[in-house]
Amino acid sequence: MKVPGSYYLVVAAAMFCIGAIGLLIRRNALVMFMCVELMLNAVNLTFVTFARMLDDIGGQVFVFFTLVVAAAEVVIGLALIVSIFRRRQGATADDLNVLRG
Amino acid sequence: MEWVVFGLFTLAALGGAAGVVVARRPVHSAMSLVLTLFSVAVFFVMQGAHFLAAVQVIVYAGAIVVLFLFVIMLLGIDQEDILDEPLPAQRPLAIVVGVALLAGVLLFAHILQPTGESAVRGSATQGDLPNVERIATSLFTTFLWPFEITSALLVIAVVGAVVLARRGATHPVDDHIGADPGSDEGPAAALYPGGTPDPPGEHEE
Repeated sequence: MKVPGSYYLVVAAAMFCIGAIGLLIRRNALVMFMCVELMLNAVNLTFVTFARMLDDIGGQVFVFFTLVVAAAEVVIGLALIVSIFRRRQGATADDLNVLRG
Repeated sequence: MEWVVFGLFTLAALGGAAGVVVARRPVHSAMSLVLTLFSVAVFFVMQGAHFLAAVQVIVYAGAIVVLFLFVIMLLGIDQEDILDEPLPAQRPLAIVVGVALLAGVLLFAHILQPTGESAVRGSATQGDLPNVERIATSLFTTFLWPFEITSALLVIAVVGAVVLARRGATHPVDDHIGADPGSDEGPAAALYPGGTPDPPGEHEE
């Protein structure tokens, strides 16, 4: 018996909210990044579920694009974190409150 | 059977997600992230998205998490997170906001049903085409222009990462290596970290 799509949607919504909570309460920039990845994955799961519910391959193609954007985002974000670490010890988000270097 | 798999991997996905948030060390967060990503890949398989499940494991669990671990270990920042909260109300407030967000999403999803035409860009399940061929047909016909834009985005991201990770213009890479006291033995020292091998003919005393 097939699991209905709404169950997957609830799991995806819970994952998204856990990621959002983590983004709000964590201070380490790397862990905040991982929480963003969690939220992206929840959205991907939603896309795939709707692709099945509406029987349309467009949702799966969109997940493909989301993966590429996530990869680009991780590359840029980690480069930013590395360059921040060169200047100061610790990647606590509260310390990074000035725009100049 | 499918319900058992769904329940197991729901537990794994949500447990991994919670582990990312509550783990004190970034390495443990990354490991929990792998668990969640793998569970999502299982959900993809259960819904017929076989190609995306493979890409999920290869790109996310393979490349992206390894990149995270690479940065964690390269920079040696595996110390525990600070415990004292600068803003005392933030942590409970964040949890309240997150739960409210979940409630709102579920409420709207309950009120508003997904509608729209089915199979506008090709069916996801009907017929006996493999999943990869369905995605490829759609990707290289309907979504050809976004696909090309995506390749441009990847090139821009690579160039941006190189620019960001380069040392500043005041300290070019060559200057820094030249000023490093450990590397004044010439280029051969970089090639042979265990010491420069003796040139042939110098062993005869």
